[in-house]
Amino acid sequence: MSMMKRMGMIFRAKANKALDKAEDPRETLDYSYQRQVEMLTKVRRGVADVATSRKRVELQVNQLQAQADKLTQQAQQAINQNREDLAREALTRKSGLQSQITDLQAQQAQLQGEEEKLTLASQRLQAKVEAFRTKKETIKATYTAAEAQTRINEAFSGIGEEMGDVGMAIQRAEDKTQQMQARAGAIDELIASGALDDASGLNSGDDIGRELQAMSTQSDVESELAALKAGAAPAGLPAAEAPAAPADATPAAENAAVPEEGQA
Amino acid sequence: MIVRIMGEGQREVGEEHLDRLNELDAAVERAVKAGDEVGFRSALTALVEGVRDAGTPLADDALVDSDLLLPPADATIDEVRELLDEDGLIPG
Repeated sequence: MSMMKRMGMIFRAKANKALDKAEDPRETLDYSYQRQVEMLTKVRRGVADVATSRKRVELQVNQLQAQADKLTQQAQQAINQNREDLAREALTRKSGLQSQITDLQAQQAQLQGEEEKLTLASQRLQAKVEAFRTKKETIKATYTAAEAQTRINEAFSGIGEEMGDVGMAIQRAEDKTQQMQARAGAIDELIASGALDDASGLNSGDDIGRELQAMSTQSDVESELAALKAGAAPAGLPAAEAPAAPADATPAAENAAVPEEGQA
Repeated sequence: MIVRIMGEGQREVGEEHLDRLNELDAAVERAVKAGDEVGFRSALTALVEGVRDAGTPLADDALVDSDLLLPPADATIDEVRELLDEDGLIPG
């Protein structure tokens, strides 16, 4: 006997055993229907749980991506200021983040797939539960307990199998989600601890940023100094429109005009 | 012939496909017995894809028992063993 056939028989036997409880076969119908509705609620909750996990992973991907973008910008700034060492450090950190991002994106795709599968399973179960309810009401309205047995066996075909399958699908989804939640929790802690910097403000709150900031302040000072030496007005002050004036005379030009007038 | 791929629902598969599917099925079973993880993965994928290709999905509201049952496409070798274990429990 083929493995598929054996698997089907074993599975169905187990699933039907789980369904068959009440004394009066017509009560069995109600009891089973109740179980089906419960299972439907469970699978819908399963869909919602998987969606929540997926959104959490998405949020983490976005946070880490923002951090990686920031490191790219910092590497660029460092190169602009001839600090290859700092650029290298930024890019090294970025590549560490990148592997985590790739890992999380794979999880995200897996959760997405799980969510889609459960959503379809929930639709299938709902359609079957409704079909079962119609059959159940017909049987209860039409047959006595003694007559109902054969009809009930017919009504049950397919439903136990579906319930068993959906039950298993939810459990597998839960197992996968739990594994991922543990890893997501670890990444949340990493983000919260500041080991991965808050990506909200560029160049703030991290060592590469601070060093770039210091260098940029330093280079502002240097360039103003150079400008002063070259005779231009310091940046930020209105430049005197006197290109012909000697370099050291510029700041005093207005004051110097007054005594000249007094002397005349 | 009604075939259920667990987690995916039921499909109607024509008798003309059965010989080929039985071969694929036997390959899965051999791999499970041998504990051959790699062989198992490719054999199960081939079997599931074979059923997907050969079968037409049943309507959602169809209430009918399956003749054959396939584990989920991403099932592990241990999960398949459990499905073949008559004393195992069905969750839910």
